[in-house]
Amino acid sequence: MTSALSIQGLRKAFGRLEVLRGIDLEVAEHEVIALIGASGSGKSTLLRCINLIEPVDEGRIVVEGTEITAKGVNVDRVRRSIGIVFQSFNLFPQMRVLDNVTLAPRKVLGRRRAEAEAAAMALLERFGLEDKAHDYPDRLSGGQQQRVAIVRALAMQPDLLLLDEVTSALDPELVAEVLNVIRELAAGGMTMLIATHEMGFARDIANRVCFLDQGVILEQGPPDVIFRAPAQSRTRQFLERIIEAGRL
Amino acid sequence: MSGLQGRGDGRPARRPRGGDASAFRSTLIALASTVVFFGALAWIVVSSPGWPAIQRSFLNGKVFAASLPSIVGSFAVNVQLFLIAEVLILGLGMVIAVLRSLPGPVFFPVRLVTTIYVDVFRALPGVLVIYILGFGIPGLGIAGVPIEPFFYAVVALTLIYSAYVSEVYRAGIESIHPSQDAAARSLGLSRFQSLRYVILPQAVRRVVPPLLNDFIGLQKDTVLVSYIGVVEIFRQSYIKQAGSFNYTPYLATALVFLVMTIPLARLTDWLIAREVRRRQGGAALALAGTQGRGVASAPTRGAR
Ligand SMILES: Nc1ncnc2c1ncn2[C@@H]1O[C@H](COP(=O)(O)OP(=O)(O)OP(=O)(O)O)[C@@H](O)[C@H]1O
Ligand SMILES: [Mg+2]
Repeated sequence: MTSALSIQGLRKAFGRLEVLRGIDLEVAEHEVIALIGASGSGKSTLLRCINLIEPVDEGRIVVEGTEITAKGVNVDRVRRSIGIVFQSFNLFPQMRVLDNVTLAPRKVLGRRRAEAEAAAMALLERFGLEDKAHDYPDRLSGGQQQRVAIVRALAMQPDLLLLDEVTSALDPELVAEVLNVIRELAAGGMTMLIATHEMGFARDIANRVCFLDQGVILEQGPPDVIFRAPAQSRTRQFLERIIEAGRL
Repeated sequence: MSGLQGRGDGRPARRPRGGDASAFRSTLIALASTVVFFGALAWIVVSSPGWPAIQRSFLNGKVFAASLPSIVGSFAVNVQLFLIAEVLILGLGMVIAVLRSLPGPVFFPVRLVTTIYVDVFRALPGVLVIYILGFGIPGLGIAGVPIEPFFYAVVALTLIYSAYVSEVYRAGIESIHPSQDAAARSLGLSRFQSLRYVILPQAVRRVVPPLLNDFIGLQKDTVLVSYIGVVEIFRQSYIKQAGSFNYTPYLATALVFLVMTIPLARLTDWLIAREVRRRQGGAALALAGTQGRGVASAPTRGAR
């Protein structure tokens, strides 16, 4: 079994604050991993490190057999094959939806405009966004913006997709449309690492759930095990708080 | 109550009748107080002991009519100077701003040099720069170095204003949230591509009004190059004044600047107001989409 992603001994500190203190994680091809943990436990930091948006202090990250943390690696080239979608969408406000989606294929991969736009339209259609192609992002609802952000990442045909609480900034009634997109991607075999507070969704979609606590992955396993019978008391406490908050 | 509510077509309801009457009354009051104020001011000036002499030397109709054509004609030099310098300033200012925002220790020397440049040219009075360049460099007598004052006028104004304009650009670049760069870089765009396609287009749009403000300043500062012998509008009005022993040509020059500059100032104000409106509108829309949680999307929208 080849690993899509392999992380060994990853450490990251902001000044004196040690956020990641030795993360080890193996992700297989087509696997969907849910990353759960308290606010501030380092979920976003981990995802940003995998994309090399945050420089890593220590440890190795290997994507599809290539160590991306090695010296002299072209980070722009690495990022092409790893998509990331943020909580706050981060669409480019001065560009229409179609240009948001085609910018990277055209400028990074050197695709011709017509070719890039045809591919972008196909993706937009697949996620019910074709009639928004020529709108500016601020004309779209939050749910639509987040779906465009996912399409923009998919347009680079990434090997690995990182999703960082992509529904946290959305109104409850807009959450479902975004989750459905992710379900479809999972069904299509996309390898994904999903940081989320939506425990029900995590249980539904993930092959494996990782509980992040104090800078390490304290516990991991199939959703049924983690949510029904966690081995660690800290995992239990975390899940109890979530249940109290009515989110499971 | 219904008079205060919208009519359902999105427009606010008309104000009740009492509002029209009070608006009329405040217009009247404003008009009356304006007339009284400026009337009093005019009376003080006109009844002053020196007024007849001033009237003769500053408000001479004949001199005005005689000097106006050549003054307007020489304003073409200012316009030329302004247009050439403006293009150069927009380019150089951008280069300086981008160099100054390069991160990391490798680029420290670049940041140091550009910072010194910006500090020096903002600290020096413009006239001094124009003098030093306009008299100093040709004075060196190096073969091949131009001697035309116009050339040094362009160089001096470009150097001075690029320092200011680069700061305006830099403020614009820094006003773009880092998440925009993160989004661009995460797609595989290089640092330069992110700047070129994502950051700068947004930054430039935001700083158009302050840029225009600087260009109003530049337009006026073109008269400073008269000190190194460029025969432009101010120099021309001096020549006319010396020839007629009358100061009216300066008044004609002032008039030319008012006609040129006030519309640009109005345009600037209008653009600022539009930008403010657009940001508030955009923010409101973004909030509607996310109920104010999260960062929401950046609020400005692209020009059509
Ligand atoms: N750029 C940064 N500079 C300094 N500290 C940071 C930075 N980014 C994150 N941190 C800190 O690192 C810790 C982990 O943050 P991170 O955003 O990874 O947590 P998280 O698990 O994603 O939390 P949440 O569920 O609230 O999104 C926090 O204490 C945060 O304040
Ligand atoms: Mg987070």
